[in-house]
Amino acid sequence: MSYLSLSDKDKTEMLARAGAGSVGDLFCCIPEAVRLKRPLDLPAAQSEIELIRTIDGIGRKNACLGHLSFLGGGAYEHFIPTVVDYLSSRGEFVSPYTPYQPEVSQGTLQIIFEYQTLVCQLTGLDIANASLYDGSTGAAEAVLMAQRVTNRNKVVVARSLHPQYRAVVRTYIKNLGIEAVEVGYGPDGRIDPGELGRVVDDRTAAVVCQSPNFFGVVEDLKAVSEAAHAIKALSVAVVAEALSLGLLEAPGKLGADIVTGEAQSLGLPLSFGGAYLGFMSCRKEFLRQLPGRIAGQTVDKDGRRGFVLTLSTREQHIRRERATSNICSNQALCALRATIFLETLGKQGLREMAWQNAQKAAYAADRLGTVPGVKRRFTGPVFNEFVIELPKPWAAVDAGLRAKGIIGGYGLGAEYPGIGEAALVCVTEMRTKDEIDRLARTLGEVLS
Amino acid sequence: MIKEIREPLIFEISEAGKRAAELPALDVPAKKDLLAGVPLRGELEGFPEVSETEITRHFTRLSQKNYCVDMGIYPLGSCTMKYNPKINERLSAHPAFAGSHPLAADDLVQGNLEVLKKLEDCLCEIAGMDAFTLQPAAGAHGELTGMMLIRAALEARGNARKHVLIPDSAHGTNPSSAHICGYTVKEIKSNESGTIDLASLEAAMTDDVAALMVTNPNTLGVFESDICRIAEIVHAKGGLVYMDGANMNALTGIVRPGDMGVDVMHINLHKTFSTPHGGGGPGSGPVGVKKELVPFLPVPVIVEKGGRFALDFDRPGTIGRVRAYFGNFSVVIRALCYILTLGPKGVREIAEFAVLNANYIRKSLEGDYHLKYATASMHECVFSDKYQKEFGVTNLDIAKRLIDYGVHPPTMSFPLIVHGALMIEPTETESRRDIDHFIDAMKAIAKEARENPDILHAAPHITYVSRLDEVAAAKFPVLRWEKKA
Repeated sequence: MSYLSLSDKDKTEMLARAGAGSVGDLFCCIPEAVRLKRPLDLPAAQSEIELIRTIDGIGRKNACLGHLSFLGGGAYEHFIPTVVDYLSSRGEFVSPYTPYQPEVSQGTLQIIFEYQTLVCQLTGLDIANASLYDGSTGAAEAVLMAQRVTNRNKVVVARSLHPQYRAVVRTYIKNLGIEAVEVGYGPDGRIDPGELGRVVDDRTAAVVCQSPNFFGVVEDLKAVSEAAHAIKALSVAVVAEALSLGLLEAPGKLGADIVTGEAQSLGLPLSFGGAYLGFMSCRKEFLRQLPGRIAGQTVDKDGRRGFVLTLSTREQHIRRERATSNICSNQALCALRATIFLETLGKQGLREMAWQNAQKAAYAADRLGTVPGVKRRFTGPVFNEFVIELPKPWAAVDAGLRAKGIIGGYGLGAEYPGIGEAALVCVTEMRTKDEIDRLARTLGEVLS
Repeated sequence: MIKEIREPLIFEISEAGKRAAELPALDVPAKKDLLAGVPLRGELEGFPEVSETEITRHFTRLSQKNYCVDMGIYPLGSCTMKYNPKINERLSAHPAFAGSHPLAADDLVQGNLEVLKKLEDCLCEIAGMDAFTLQPAAGAHGELTGMMLIRAALEARGNARKHVLIPDSAHGTNPSSAHICGYTVKEIKSNESGTIDLASLEAAMTDDVAALMVTNPNTLGVFESDICRIAEIVHAKGGLVYMDGANMNALTGIVRPGDMGVDVMHINLHKTFSTPHGGGGPGSGPVGVKKELVPFLPVPVIVEKGGRFALDFDRPGTIGRVRAYFGNFSVVIRALCYILTLGPKGVREIAEFAVLNANYIRKSLEGDYHLKYATASMHECVFSDKYQKEFGVTNLDIAKRLIDYGVHPPTMSFPLIVHGALMIEPTETESRRDIDHFIDAMKAIAKEARENPDILHAAPHITYVSRLDEVAAAKFPVLRWEKKA
């Protein structure tokens, strides 16, 4: 199958107009010596029926499919209303480029403007960009932004920040002379305030704190922000579970200067980690340092309201090596999905969904707490995930649960060596009481 | 059908108490002291409240204000706006993939890992590289990753060096990406053919230079015919060659970057391999490397042993992670589907027909528009507005007038070395009818520029909004809706 649209007649006539005797002539500028003189060694072309069979066959090898899952840790199984899939599949949204020509892109541009508004409302800050790749690169961009704003070269990063986000931050800052210092957690699972006080100093550009953090624990963002502000550093709040913003106080209202994170929860499927949606908002005085595209409102020649990409002098296509970021393509279609999701859920629905997550997680935590030998690892308040401590090695418990069709959680031992036999358990609105009870029952059986 | 669509912001049609989604009642006992002591938010101030009908109408109406590839030719140079096959959309949303969690253990996601490995293998063959990582989320992210790999490789040799050479025709992401890797950028001037000037390169290529970033074909659509010599010059001084694969659409099955001295490169799956641009992403920017750079690839690396796939994190030389999880996996599935559909011959035909279509357009418009460089074109051709400027008409006027003819304008913002650029890339999937329509529109506009330039200055005439005041947008930024006091 090919997606070409020329007939043999077209081809002949077009070659003649192009002044080429054959297709090969068109490539005369490529030195003969380096040209590929054999067909590519790729699988043979497949018809649509064959392709469906192939891909379906590969998909069947994902044994996770039939399992009851309690995995979270930065990627969440949430309800996605059908209108999200339906409307976001429209060719008018799927198949345009970045809206460089505003007169024929008002749909995309107005949606970005609505998206930016929603992000501001959720995070409690003044301005937002049109998206970043994901939560991890959002955290890295926030660190670089804080460095530009403060002109300081040290960041304090919570150890309870998603381990993969921390890894990405480390990769990004490595060659820029920025130092990252980690701050540990206390028995409540929150940033240890004493340690935080000791590691921040007048070289600190930002304190980076995830809330709810990787253990599901809601941090004391106000205290963390105050500690950052006391030494004139920025408070960067990372939100890996964007649904929590429907229930918890907006980070911007608790002192965060930059809020960034992952909005996969808002209408994007798990999809093995991508495509996801990084979001970022900040206080308006940092506008010139905000990375990524921004849509703004303006008027046309006749005074009608319209939207354009704006403030592009921050960006790489104008400023080149002096740009605020190298980002070009972002995650526009994912931002569109989040916009449809949020507008569909609406004021009541978003809060209701967030509240149900917190209620179900609380129920699950209590229920698992009744299983002999199982304890809560941390005492701090949680949103929709929590850490349990087990009397046996997690690897064995996990295998036992999986043998009964349950993925019970995410083992933390590899990334947090001192944490003991612990696993992160996530419960969203998609899990029913019966399913939570089944997890508790099965965990009891596996441990006995 | 409808000449006027005025669609308010969703916030402006919101009315208290409306909703478009409901959840089942909570099926566990509700706790009253939930999250005690934690600051909770009050009402989500200004958040929309609308019905499902209103949601559907809102987004359907807005969709009709967009031009898109599904509607017609989108000859945006360097962006490779080709047709996006529909089956690939369906298969990337397959529940087996869409429902899979990125933290699930390796043995539960063998299918996903097979998808990743299969695409890596296909890209290695197409690009002539030894390994690929699919972690980068877009082209610029790939550039950043690639330059980090170069830095790591040079550090391993004992000296990371200081500068990166970039031709003046390059896309803006190149210097920006090099900068984030801690390198300073030195620009290489193009010669009268629009290609890298070998003497300038030789003069600039010192022991302090880490790499040359080269786009090939470059942003003029011109193949760097001296590429092998260029690579020799860079290698002779101990530097590495990075190729920006944004224009890979001109090369598939014809020539492989790995066979012409390229050490590291990225490919834009959302260009060459037809995954949709989505109005600005998600993209995917896989990075390919030669053997010497394999030890530095981002973790995890997918390894195959006896038909089973596993994730290898134990790689002491790695630059680390550049993104959480595994990159834009849903984009990767689409690209794999595309390659499997096309097969070896089809992948070669991408380049053949992309180059044929571009040359057909070039020859058809040569008399009407100024061509700064006479060098042979590959998949795109870059005209300028030089002839039209005599009548006070700029490339912007031409672009806006094209909209009136139902055609998306070409790229105008770069290459910076062509003033008033009109960078045209038709891609291989266009029909003769749509290409001819574009050519006819361009010819008609050239005539209008001579005879009635005012019609161009005022264009577009048939869109829902006329030219927008971009200066005011930047000077008095309104970046969000706010409730009227």
